[in-house]
Amino acid sequence: MVKLKVNRKDYAVDVSPDTPLLWVLRETLGLTGTKFGCGMALCGACTVHLDGEAVRSCVTPVLRAAGKEVTTIEGLSHDLSHPLQRAWIAEDVPQCGYCQSGQIMAAAVLLRENPNPADAEIDDAMSGNICRCGTYQRIRRAIHLAARMKATGGIR
Amino acid sequence: MSEIFNVNRRDFIKTGVAVGGGLMLGFYLPRIGQPARRAEQSTSPFAPNAFVRIGTDDSVTVIVNHSEMGQGVYTALPMLVAEELDADWTQVRVEAAPVDPAYNHTQFGIQVTGGSTSTWSEWERLRKAGATARAMLIAAAAETWKVDPASCRAENGHVFHTASRRRLSYGHLADKASSMTPPQNVALKDPKDFKLIGKPAKRLDTPEKINGKGLFGLDVKVPGMLTAVVARPPVFGAKVKSFNADRAKAVPGVLRIVEIDRGVVVVADGYWPALKGREALETVWDESPLSGLDSRTQRDQYAELARQPGAVARKEGDVAAAMGRAAKKLEAVYELPYLAHATMEPLNCVADVRPDGCDVWTGTQLQTVDRAAAAQAAGLKPEQVKVHTMLLGGGFGRRAVVDSHFVREAVETSKAVKAPVKVIWTREDDIRGGYYRPMSHHSISAGLDAAGNLTAWQHRIVCQSFIVGTPFEAFIVKDGVDETAVEGAKDLPYRIPNLLVDWQKAPVGVPTLWWRSVGHSHTAFVVESFLDEVAHAAGKDSYEFRRALLVGNPRHKAVLEFAAEKAGWGKPLPQGRGRGLAVHESFGSFVAQVAEVSVTKDGQLKIHRVVCAIDCGPTVNPDTIHAQMEGGVVFGLTAALYGEITFEKGRVKQRNFHDYPMLRMNEMPVVETHIVPSVEKMGGVGETGVPPVAPALANAIFPLTGKRIRRLPIRAEDLRKA
Repeated sequence: MVKLKVNRKDYAVDVSPDTPLLWVLRETLGLTGTKFGCGMALCGACTVHLDGEAVRSCVTPVLRAAGKEVTTIEGLSHDLSHPLQRAWIAEDVPQCGYCQSGQIMAAAVLLRENPNPADAEIDDAMSGNICRCGTYQRIRRAIHLAARMKATGGIR
Repeated sequence: MSEIFNVNRRDFIKTGVAVGGGLMLGFYLPRIGQPARRAEQSTSPFAPNAFVRIGTDDSVTVIVNHSEMGQGVYTALPMLVAEELDADWTQVRVEAAPVDPAYNHTQFGIQVTGGSTSTWSEWERLRKAGATARAMLIAAAAETWKVDPASCRAENGHVFHTASRRRLSYGHLADKASSMTPPQNVALKDPKDFKLIGKPAKRLDTPEKINGKGLFGLDVKVPGMLTAVVARPPVFGAKVKSFNADRAKAVPGVLRIVEIDRGVVVVADGYWPALKGREALETVWDESPLSGLDSRTQRDQYAELARQPGAVARKEGDVAAAMGRAAKKLEAVYELPYLAHATMEPLNCVADVRPDGCDVWTGTQLQTVDRAAAAQAAGLKPEQVKVHTMLLGGGFGRRAVVDSHFVREAVETSKAVKAPVKVIWTREDDIRGGYYRPMSHHSISAGLDAAGNLTAWQHRIVCQSFIVGTPFEAFIVKDGVDETAVEGAKDLPYRIPNLLVDWQKAPVGVPTLWWRSVGHSHTAFVVESFLDEVAHAAGKDSYEFRRALLVGNPRHKAVLEFAAEKAGWGKPLPQGRGRGLAVHESFGSFVAQVAEVSVTKDGQLKIHRVVCAIDCGPTVNPDTIHAQMEGGVVFGLTAALYGEITFEKGRVKQRNFHDYPMLRMNEMPVVETHIVPSVEKMGGVGETGVPPVAPALANAIFPLTGKRIRRLPIRAEDLRKA
């Protein structure tokens, strides 16, 4: 049994300890918002937060998450109220949408550490996340918008 | 979309996708001319021709028969219905259509999403569906109020009777409306009265794509479902000779090992054990005719094939004679590689085969064909198979597979293990799994007269066909020429008196397929790059040279002029920057792009900006057009900079995103899209942004390096000065 805390809820899961966190989230806990894209930490679709840090859950053995706080896209907000989610809607970012959970989770860490990132800083932080549909320009705009929302207390 | 999986599976299968939580009884839009039926009286919830359903809670559900793979059909198509229905847009939701002839593509006669056709092909039908529903709602209100229907009007989800200042919501009228007789010939709005169509609308599917709730094929879970990965042959066409499953079976969680037509399946209680089981599986494969395939020798073979005339796709004048008279002759060879689609969501399919039926959950672009294949593999009739179309994590053609192989695998496996099974492809399975954009060789030549006029053009294309030998052949192969091999070359828009385009079918067994923009993905690069070479040889500006040749093609010319103006064509650039342009028609739309780039002394390329002008006729959701141009540019640049599938000893060399890279955020240029106002015929937007970007890029690099790029992807040596 591995004890996990995911989106502020406690779980005990009976899986092989080398199982990547991704598959525990998706298959054992039914949190399918975190996506499988490459299995090699190359695309970022599986990005979640582990004690607030962005990790690639596809290469993170579940044991590494034991006793730590895991946050997935489902835990970002209950009602699409997170500034990034609001900005994503305002800029109509997603196309197929498959990579967007990972994009948003990566962006959330960026904004926490750098409340007003420049384009080059966004590039640095977000270049680990592939979007095959090519929504990068809108992601960039949405991150700037979310930064402004956070700074001003929100644009409705 | 997502709510349907909250009901338990038994109910779900029993009632099908039309339930929507039991709230949306209301009425179904029947076949024109038949009396409407109340939903609860219907024996099947899949009412034919049902594109719209109105709930007593005022919800408007649009049943969409085209798959959402990012291109925005779950917004643009509901807009067509909602416009004519005068619906309250905030009440509009979407449901994926089941497989039924009622949902067949209006042009192709089967259920399919492809060819950038969704919006224009539904333009009439869905507006009529909305208008018919509106007429029935107005009739219901008029009967309730005992007034003349002509004295009522509909707006924003309500019917109004202005004279008596009464109004009723569509939800209130839904029950009564279902007993109204649908009108035979319903009038559609004058475009000047459109409230939704032509104005940017927020996508309806955004919320579920940013909170983890949207369900892609890979996210489907049904009770008792097992998970499987497939060991497929290392060389295309090879078959299983023997396998030893002892070590695989010893992996905890591995439940069954079964052989199917395409390989050996490891079935487990999760993805991870299935994957570990496959690693432990020992399979011996038979040889295949492709065991010796090598990309280097294949290039030579294609060059050899290009020496012989091919099937003629277009012929005008006398090219040989004109070449003989030419004052100046140019010849070049262009080469483009196999490309994988690399959808972000790897292929997957859930199948549940039972003795009396089968359910398939997957992201597919080709429902009718997949259902027939599933039925055949399950030993059932097509009517016994239900296909549940999920969100597609990218399609680009990869999920419109003529042989339905990814569906068949899941069905065969579920049948063998007598349980629901989800087959998951790893990224490596996807990159190495074939169905590539075909590799191509182009031998091209042009003749100029003494004044620098282009008098002769000869273009020979060598590539495989993925259409010949399939049921699509009758529709796509004309006079021995596969349209998907020559499109974009045979329809060259430039006025050239002597012209010959022909095609040599390369007899290679690598599985190939349509890849976003299909033939245009290679022909546009060749045609638009070579035309630049010709302009340069003639000593002319490449913009002016094109303009002069676009006589009689005003839409090409208009987008070219628009893009050139917006990009500041001809104006001075900062030191070290180059501009290049290309214009191309595909899928009924016209796109010109101007790329602005710089190349450092050590050969580092930066793409600063791509200015894009599109004429796609009347627009439905302009924001989607912008998004598709942005996405098309990224897709085309990714191929131009990185995309290449190669073979060695019959095996694909690439595996994952480290050796089959994608354009990333730090490489993203500014994409500026301009929609040219147009009342011409409506075209598609999903693919048409892709073709011009590679030639625009190559043409922008040329003035900086003095080198022509004639082979993709662009190589390091291409970026060093000549």
